Amino acid sequence: MVGSEVILLDFWPSMFGMRVRIALAEKGIEYDYKEQDLPDKSTLLLEMNPVHKKIPVLIHKGKPINESCIIVQYIDETWKDKSPLMPSDPYTRAQARFWADYVDKKVYDALTKSGTLKGEEQEKAKKEFIEILKVLEGQIGEKPYFMGESFGYADIALVTFYCWFYTFETLGNYSIEKECPKLIAWAKRCMQRESVSKTLPDSKKIYEFFMEMRSKLGL
Amino acid sequence: MANEVKLYGIDESLFVCGVKTALNLKNVKYEFVVEDLSNKSADLLKYNPVYKKVPVLVHNGNPISESLVIVEYIDEVWKGVPILPQDAYEKAQARFWAKVVNDKCFPAVVNAFSSNGEEQAVAEAHEALQFLENELKVKGSKFFGGDNINLVDIAATFVAFWIGAAEEALGIEVMSKHKFPKLTEWSDNYINCQAVKDSLPPRENVVAYFKKRFGKA
Repeated sequence: MVGSEVILLDFWPSMFGMRVRIALAEKGIEYDYKEQDLPDKSTLLLEMNPVHKKIPVLIHKGKPINESCIIVQYIDETWKDKSPLMPSDPYTRAQARFWADYVDKKVYDALTKSGTLKGEEQEKAKKEFIEILKVLEGQIGEKPYFMGESFGYADIALVTFYCWFYTFETLGNYSIEKECPKLIAWAKRCMQRESVSKTLPDSKKIYEFFMEMRSKLGL
Repeated sequence: MANEVKLYGIDESLFVCGVKTALNLKNVKYEFVVEDLSNKSADLLKYNPVYKKVPVLVHNGNPISESLVIVEYIDEVWKGVPILPQDAYEKAQARFWAKVVNDKCFPAVVNAFSSNGEEQAVAEAHEALQFLENELKVKGSKFFGGDNINLVDIAATFVAFWIGAAEEALGIEVMSKHKFPKLTEWSDNYINCQAVKDSLPPRENVVAYFKKRFGKA
């Protein structure tokens, strides 16, 4: 069966799942995509990720790999012949890992709080989120991508949040592009790559999904 | 050009000790720069402007921060004893478990102590430590890395050395031998590795540190 050697357990709006999809696309890997119905988790998901019970999970030749950044590195190390995603020298590689880790630690909570909190707390959250984006913007600087001329691991870690910006900008009534124009320019540059533009869902679709989910949860 | 290696840190930090262990495993000569965290040096702020924390490794003037990133860097630059497996799948597993230790176990254990042994916090710490206990059972080996220590063992330094010291300082039991026989055995083996022994501060200093940080007035 085509693609059954590589299976991805995922959920279409997940920015973490999107990272893996981009990496697989960059490498031209065929795979079997299995949409997971969260919160009704499948037996396969629970078996393949017993510790966190989360997507994405990549199953390669029957063996599971968990955690999106770890999966992206695994993909890069296993399919070495095309589109390297990590820099070639150890120091720049360490920097790429540092920045992907920074995105993991900081972006998700800050982004979601900027839209979901209310009043003064929301204003504080928006400020914090913009500060984080400015740090990232500073790291990219005048370079086309995080680590230089080549699109790679650190870019993949952050760019998947781009399709979620519209949702939280709308809820938080602010414009990320206004505050961080260079960051948005970087994101649009990444979107020119087919692996990114074909992976990231339309921002309005993400917004509809989020609002529907909230209303189901009574928020 | 000479290989200049500096490590900025404090003796009591388990993250700093993890980096020291990695450097010791590779027989790297380095200068240890002791930081006063209440009065951080200009160098530290320059080398780690994002987090302003220790450890920071500076190799030939180039800084690297975040202990797991530093340990992977050390493994890639200096040959000799491997800290991560060569096989991509095994490497992914090592990274995964190191992350479980750092992101799940460490905060849960800290919370168990800082909450003064509050029942729910201790239960959550037990749940987190149980993942490691089970992993050792499944592997059936001396260390998370097999016969030799690897990234996961280094990430779990706090389990081997700090939990016992904190328990003594605060009179709270978090990791009993009865409940966690494999982890207890692993801890003894781990702190007896030369590379680890050479990195650890005197236990009484750590006990004193915990009494000061979490102790009852």
